[in-house]
Amino acid sequence: MTGIRVGIIGAGKMGLSHYAIANALPGSAVVAVSDTSRYVLSVLRKYAGIETHTSYEQMIDEGRLDCIFVATPTSTHFECAKYALERDLHVFVEKPLTLSPAESRALADLATRRKRVNMVGFHNRFIGTFREAHRLLQDGALGAVTSIHGSAFGPVVVKQQGSTWRSRKAEGGGCLHDYACHVVDLMNFLVGAPTWVVRARMRRIFSRDVEDAVSAAFDYGGGMVGALETNWSDDTVRKMSTTISVQLTKGELVVDRQELKVRCGAAFDGYQEGWNTRRITDLQDRVEFYLRGEEYTAQVAAFFSAIRSENAAYQNSFASAYETDRVLDLIARADQAAA
Amino acid sequence: MDRILFGDNQFFGVNHMSEEKARQQLVQFKDTAAIIQVLDDVYEMGIRTFMCTTHDRIGEICDHMRAQPARYQDFIYYPCMPYAHKYANSVSQVGVLETIQRFSTGGVMNTLLRGAVGVVTQDIYSLMRLLVDAEMKRFEGLNTPVIFVQNVVTDLLLGLKLYPVFSEFARHVRERYGAEPGFITMNLPLLLDALEEVGLENPIVCANINKIGFRMSGGIDAYLQALRGRRCRPIAMSVFASGAIAPAEAIEWVCKLEGLQSVVFGASSPANIQQTKTLIENIWGPCT
Repeated sequence: MTGIRVGIIGAGKMGLSHYAIANALPGSAVVAVSDTSRYVLSVLRKYAGIETHTSYEQMIDEGRLDCIFVATPTSTHFECAKYALERDLHVFVEKPLTLSPAESRALADLATRRKRVNMVGFHNRFIGTFREAHRLLQDGALGAVTSIHGSAFGPVVVKQQGSTWRSRKAEGGGCLHDYACHVVDLMNFLVGAPTWVVRARMRRIFSRDVEDAVSAAFDYGGGMVGALETNWSDDTVRKMSTTISVQLTKGELVVDRQELKVRCGAAFDGYQEGWNTRRITDLQDRVEFYLRGEEYTAQVAAFFSAIRSENAAYQNSFASAYETDRVLDLIARADQAAA
Repeated sequence: MDRILFGDNQFFGVNHMSEEKARQQLVQFKDTAAIIQVLDDVYEMGIRTFMCTTHDRIGEICDHMRAQPARYQDFIYYPCMPYAHKYANSVSQVGVLETIQRFSTGGVMNTLLRGAVGVVTQDIYSLMRLLVDAEMKRFEGLNTPVIFVQNVVTDLLLGLKLYPVFSEFARHVRERYGAEPGFITMNLPLLLDALEEVGLENPIVCANINKIGFRMSGGIDAYLQALRGRRCRPIAMSVFASGAIAPAEAIEWVCKLEGLQSVVFGASSPANIQQTKTLIENIWGPCT
């Protein structure tokens, strides 16, 4: 199959980012965009010469698409993705998949039944350092995991204001679904999902309707534990900074988007006994087009590659995103129980 | 255009090597006086061009230099706009239209927003001019011979294929500021094609150019071919690939490239800055 025809639902920050990448990669092109903002649509129609729709159903029904990217507020993901899957399109959805584990499960099942490629935009899984950490943990040379700690800090909400969907809980705003979901997904990627959330706290700092910080303690069974600490009201960093550390019986590792530090009990596979540092410069695969980070292109390229090769194994399926949504739901419940 | 340009990543917590180092630098340069001290050192070494993001704090540096025109009379700014995180965070918080209003200084935008939202904002060239003027306000009275579009915007426009924005930007900075347009990109070969398509000849472009091909999208060979074969004025950034290449090896490779016009680099300590300058001048000869 050549020339993947792409539709974009939601022309905000992530929608435009996917639009640019899908358009720049060889073998694919954006052919239509839908959004509720007539202003954004008129600009795109006038300057990019693209077909625009105020209704995504209409855009899909026109029948000229092979796949869609859903980049709308989280509360609308379910209906958009379901509509597209029922019309046999391949579907990429921005993270998190939905606000309800039951809906995420239903989408995962529907995609499997329809045999459509399905992916969620947890782009951190395409960063070279996290991928290498994943490889090391799968390899088993560092022994069994005893504990994991994940954190993310960033300056998204640093004063008391906010008037977009990201500041409204019902639409999927808040630190839990915007920030913590990335960390939970990475922790799941590295060591699998926890069986239980022991306790959780969601705090407001500046926001009126949503939480600005989330902390939680996880239990993985067999004595393995985890901790999560996220805060999107931290102005001591320039942009989102995510770090995962993992303790194992034969070593430990600390990983962020720039570097991977590994302490090995014994040398193996190019790693020395003691501490080793590997950098993103030698761990990241090159991409054909760069916008904001290799990982954004790598995930779109992986989605397209899965479409071309049918049934190819791919990262970040709806089923794996369901696991993340399930943990987020457990965190919210633990917080409510504590309150 | 000078051959050695000084960059600003180290001042604002941008460090592609380590998040810890980025945090340290953010603390080290929390006080603008610490930034000015480094700029003074650099200026004394004879490096006079400062390629800087239009970060909020750049205004304080501009104020400082404007107050002492004699002392800084040869100092040159290459503003790089916009500081994208400022806009991206704002768009996430308050939406597109309010962001435009927030960052367009003066009463112009307020009047327009009340009176004729549609007319102005749907003409993206007018909008672009308003935003450029808002960013340039803080540089008033200072020397800004080249004005750059940051890579996140250049590359977004490139992907959306909105190429005419490049030529309209060029026209505006030439007419309004008597400046040359510059374009920072992570996709140099692709950008050169786009600029050529809209008639921008011999453009000033700035891209990662380093021995290991780090963040050189399209591949290192396509970059080298572009440097040799295309009419453009390229500036190399990220020549050390975030510290992955030893300084002497990195500079030796990049400064021997055919067609390269300038190198931009940043560092926090005078010793490191002097070292890099010396390495470059060992190959290019005196640059200042």
